[in-house]
Amino acid sequence: MGVIPWASWYALRRYSAYPLGSMAEAVTNSFFGVVRAAILLALWHARPGLGGYDATDAVTFSFLTQSLIGPVQIFGGMELAQRIRSGDVAIDLHRPVDLQAWWLADDVGRAMSTLVLRGLPPMVVGALLFTVRLPDPGEAAAFAVSVGLAVLLSFALRYLVTLAMFWLHDERGVQAVTLVLSLFFSGMIIPLVAFPETLGDVARALPWSGLIQVPADVFLGHRTGGALLSGLAFQAAWAAGLLVAGRLLTRAATRRLEAQGG
Amino acid sequence: MVSGTVDGAGASSRAVRAVSTYCLLAWTWIRAAAQYPVSIALLALGTMVTAGLDIIGILVLFSRAPRIAGFTSSEVLLLYGTSALSFATSDILLGTTERLGEHVREGTLDALLVRPVSPLIQIATEDFSPRRFGRLVPPALVLALALPGLPIAWTPGRVAMVPVMVVSGVVIFGGLWVLCAALQFVLLNSQGATKAITYGGAFLTQYPMTLFARDFVRGVTFVVPLAFVNWAPALYVLGRPDPLGLPGWTRFASPVVGAALCAVAAVAWRTGLRHYRSTGS
Repeated sequence: MGVIPWASWYALRRYSAYPLGSMAEAVTNSFFGVVRAAILLALWHARPGLGGYDATDAVTFSFLTQSLIGPVQIFGGMELAQRIRSGDVAIDLHRPVDLQAWWLADDVGRAMSTLVLRGLPPMVVGALLFTVRLPDPGEAAAFAVSVGLAVLLSFALRYLVTLAMFWLHDERGVQAVTLVLSLFFSGMIIPLVAFPETLGDVARALPWSGLIQVPADVFLGHRTGGALLSGLAFQAAWAAGLLVAGRLLTRAATRRLEAQGG
Repeated sequence: MVSGTVDGAGASSRAVRAVSTYCLLAWTWIRAAAQYPVSIALLALGTMVTAGLDIIGILVLFSRAPRIAGFTSSEVLLLYGTSALSFATSDILLGTTERLGEHVREGTLDALLVRPVSPLIQIATEDFSPRRFGRLVPPALVLALALPGLPIAWTPGRVAMVPVMVVSGVVIFGGLWVLCAALQFVLLNSQGATKAITYGGAFLTQYPMTLFARDFVRGVTFVVPLAFVNWAPALYVLGRPDPLGLPGWTRFASPVVGAALCAVAAVAWRTGLRHYRSTGS
């Protein structure tokens, strides 16, 4: 198996090293969950059954989005960016491990840590303050697979953005633009089911819907049978395509790299 | 009498010096940021659009229902515009104070303390970047478009109230930034949680309080005075009854609430700084 599982394991331990900090983040996530739930409740009060969701689905969705912020790192960013900026990436490239695989392993560890530390509290708060819909064991298993694919997809997207560092020497601009896309088209701001028809169809075809909307639909039991498979296939296809793009771009980027200093 | 005048002059010259130091340091950071022009342009655009996302969110909501919690879209856009304009301004001026805990952890606060400039100014101007001005654009545009569309009779009092609420909002959010930063002297990891007050407060105040449960509204009125950012004065502008049934003068209390909050924040900051002990190793 080699070193990759260890990279994940150590990332998991590193990101779990400050549980208080993560729990503090979870407080904010839960607070936003409460505010968003109140907003969506008012909308579903005015439009019962909008987009096939009922009020309970809408409330659950609000807390789910907050739970998934950490694992799919919806706000973007990756530690690799600082290493490219400082030139430390030259050391990473000298390692006998593939750059992309190494950082994917790191990201999987990070995602698992935040799923527990930042993912659970908002759902607990939601369940205490509102009526939320909890999945049956089958839906829960499907949800676990969907979240796993969402983490892969999120990594694939952020890795591409990070590689822009090699050309622009500052990734924050590209990141700011992709942040908008990921917040809006993932369903983070407003669930995609509440979008007007055409906009909703466009949003559902874009990769970002695989980060939040698809896992949430699976959790809420709105994707079963064929729809479940097509949802998971959608996430997997985007993840695979973007990971391959990342590989090709890595090759181009390493040819460009000039590490300075001595 | 004489010493009073001298003190007064001393205080005002200190204030002038603080402002000019702030501007000088901010300008230094702007010049540093200008080294990456492509990034600056994209960042300003990105910040602007990210800030605009909240508007899109509101518009998508109202494309599905004409009224939400009894409020129309132009009324909610008034709340959004005033809240976002206040918050963005306070964020430009003081937002980076949330990094205090980072400075304490890394020991870099010590370096700030030996310089002959207030550490608050140094942290507040850190990474000052022109991109942040992008955030002012969406709320300013929304206010310009939404204000004329409001179905109310504009009296001089209502007209005057709009700038007053924006400025009071800046002061209240500014007090909250410093208060949350001061808390990090005691609770190093609290930044993650106090974001609920700053960013959460900014988000919350974009919507009418009629959305929320009564006890929640009491909390954001009496404990963390977010309701005074724009809700209380907006009730006056829109001529609406207060769902909590508070007396009429509370609609004009925002400037006083802001001043009181800043006094509390100043005391908290000084206390925190006085009790700061460097990270030993």
